[in-house]
Amino acid sequence: MAKALAQIPTVSVKDLPKELFDQLDGYIQTLEDKKGSLIHVLHRAQHLFGYLPKEVMLFVARRLDIPAANVFGVVSFYSFFTTNPVGEHVVSVCMGTACFVRGADKILHEFKAKLGISTGETTPDMLFTLKDVRCVGACGLAPIVLVGDKVYGRVKLDEVDGIINAYVVKNFGKEQ
Amino acid sequence: MIKLTINDTPIAVPKGTTILEAARTLGIHIPTLCHMDLHMDQFGVVNQASSCRVCTVEVQGRPALVTACSEKVTDGMHVSTHTPRAITARRMSVELLLSNHPKDCLMCPKNLECDLQKLAADLGVRDIKWAGERIDFEKDESSGAIVKDPNKCVMCRRCETMCNEVQTCGILSAVNRGFNTFVGPAFNLDMKETSCTYCGQCVAVCPTAALTENNDIHKVWREINNPNKHVIVQVAPAIRVAVGELFDMPAGSISTGKLATSLRRLGFDAVYDTDFAADLTILEEASELVHRIQHGGVLPILTSCCPAWVQFFEHQYPDMLDIPSTCKSPQIMFGALAKTYYAEKKGIDPKDIVVVSVMPCIAKKAEAKRTELSHHELQNVDYVLTTREYGLMLKEACIDFANLPEGDFDHMLGESTGASVIFGTTGGVIEAAARTAYEWLTGETLEQVELTQLRGLDGIRSGKVQIGDLELNIGIAHGLGNARKLLDSIKAGECNFQAIEIMACPGGCIGGGGQPYHHGDMEIIRKRQIAIYQEDRNKTKRKSHENQEVLDLYEKYLGKPYGEKAHELLHTHYVAKEKI
Repeated sequence: MAKALAQIPTVSVKDLPKELFDQLDGYIQTLEDKKGSLIHVLHRAQHLFGYLPKEVMLFVARRLDIPAANVFGVVSFYSFFTTNPVGEHVVSVCMGTACFVRGADKILHEFKAKLGISTGETTPDMLFTLKDVRCVGACGLAPIVLVGDKVYGRVKLDEVDGIINAYVVKNFGKEQ
Repeated sequence: MIKLTINDTPIAVPKGTTILEAARTLGIHIPTLCHMDLHMDQFGVVNQASSCRVCTVEVQGRPALVTACSEKVTDGMHVSTHTPRAITARRMSVELLLSNHPKDCLMCPKNLECDLQKLAADLGVRDIKWAGERIDFEKDESSGAIVKDPNKCVMCRRCETMCNEVQTCGILSAVNRGFNTFVGPAFNLDMKETSCTYCGQCVAVCPTAALTENNDIHKVWREINNPNKHVIVQVAPAIRVAVGELFDMPAGSISTGKLATSLRRLGFDAVYDTDFAADLTILEEASELVHRIQHGGVLPILTSCCPAWVQFFEHQYPDMLDIPSTCKSPQIMFGALAKTYYAEKKGIDPKDIVVVSVMPCIAKKAEAKRTELSHHELQNVDYVLTTREYGLMLKEACIDFANLPEGDFDHMLGESTGASVIFGTTGGVIEAAARTAYEWLTGETLEQVELTQLRGLDGIRSGKVQIGDLELNIGIAHGLGNARKLLDSIKAGECNFQAIEIMACPGGCIGGGGQPYHHGDMEIIRKRQIAIYQEDRNKTKRKSHENQEVLDLYEKYLGKPYGEKAHELLHTHYVAKEKI
């Protein structure tokens, strides 16, 4: 029997910046109830590193004196946490009921095709991560796509290319 | 007292009692699956997940069914345990569990020992009305000791309670969410990549075959039937008071003689007793203790017989590796001698000797694979069978164990004293060491050999043994959570013990992870302990340094205890390991 998707080993990264660990440690030092603050610490860690690879979870486990298995249990339970590196721009396609009935599945499919990745994956150039999310609470604008914090409402299939290109161009400009 | 009725029978029970416990006092055994209460006050651990919903009962005035395992009784409560609604709900809970459970019971390692199987039988489940998607996970056999098969997990969380709360190892946790949930180590690592001690207490409490041991039976059969191999076997002290349970003998039966006969009938070329090596361990360990006391060495000394405990301190206390005794465990000492001393005396090439151990323990399987426990590139021990595996081999060989005649172990590595027998219980190793240390240090005969101040089943105990002018303060812990408490007190400088004995499993080896399943009845462990002390009394020699075959070994081969040759063969070193 092959490994199920849910059993794939967590990403391990050896050379994460020391200053980020220092910042995380600084935050942990300020906490009174360390063991009770696991979720807060993980939020901060994900904010700093962008995602939670094995080394970051181990660091948190040791600083809070919680078994690494329990830290991993929490991280793998909450969909907010991600153990894979995310791209510079996170594209979230709302799959809530209102968006779904207005064709969100087709929009998602179009993003998959254009970016060449599945949901939860990141493009090789680390520019885009694609996610399907539950209701974002703006059903009047269905179907909705979020890129980072920016909201795109009443998205049509032929607009997908334009949304993607805006960020590619923005990035190209930065590189110049 | 709280007054209530259960099935119209009035009853009064103390406040805080659950419906489940109250019903049991009336002889009503409401079925359970996830619930686990080992009734060991010294551990005080109850698995209260209430996740399986198998113990549901009706309470008058309550619209929903309640779980008897978690619901505390209240005054005037009317409980009905077998209304059609309660029975149907229980059966449905089991059917739902079975709808996502492999139905290969006939081939399952837990066949006839499985709590889920028994429930399905007791509740009369005849068909599964639901057919849906099935979980499909990979088995983890990486450690060569514990096998984890998430496909058979019912998410009762007993293993997690054992691993995290009793043993404080923290290896297992539920991971993921919803349908993808399973119990596993951090970061989806294989078990062998974690700090698992392989104590096997998770296996001991798993209701199904989600956690079992690696099966080495076929490998041992193959060696026994290889004419070019000289296969010798050793059995640990705790086997003789437990193996009978696998053949319907009452718990606490002593079957040392039958054990020797059964091993010979299976076809082993020589049948030996790990007790011999336990006596040897005492001579080495007591010498090490005396050496440390006389030369200002590190104190306390910690025993090192238990391989799960060794793994535990290597991973959890890597800065304290100078405290444990350097003695190899008795099983490994035996193996080292089998392939040197024994080989030499018998004129057999050590390469042709196969050492098989029958152990109450799963960690012993992992211990035998440790590369440093070898000599001239030959592992000291080749194969380890648990008590359960050994029972299966006997059944395969059609041996009617309960009716076997008494036999005896072979000579050279077979003699044992009462001191070595009690190695199988918590407190036994240190009592055996104290018996020898007393006579060595005072030069007098110890009349009262039973040092009862060291006995019992409390999780952490202490006792003093007066040896001439020296008052020896002894600490004892069983269960790794209790061991952690003792280690923390040493670290904090709060401990004034000179010697500490630690065993990883509740009760010591008698409660080992490889023993016949106790199914939550810890009275069985107590009976095994009584039997161990009885077997000690049955012996004429009760001090390790009176073991003539051990004395011969020193005279003819090893030289002095704790000497150069002894160091080469009988001592080891420890390695700092990562905690993960």
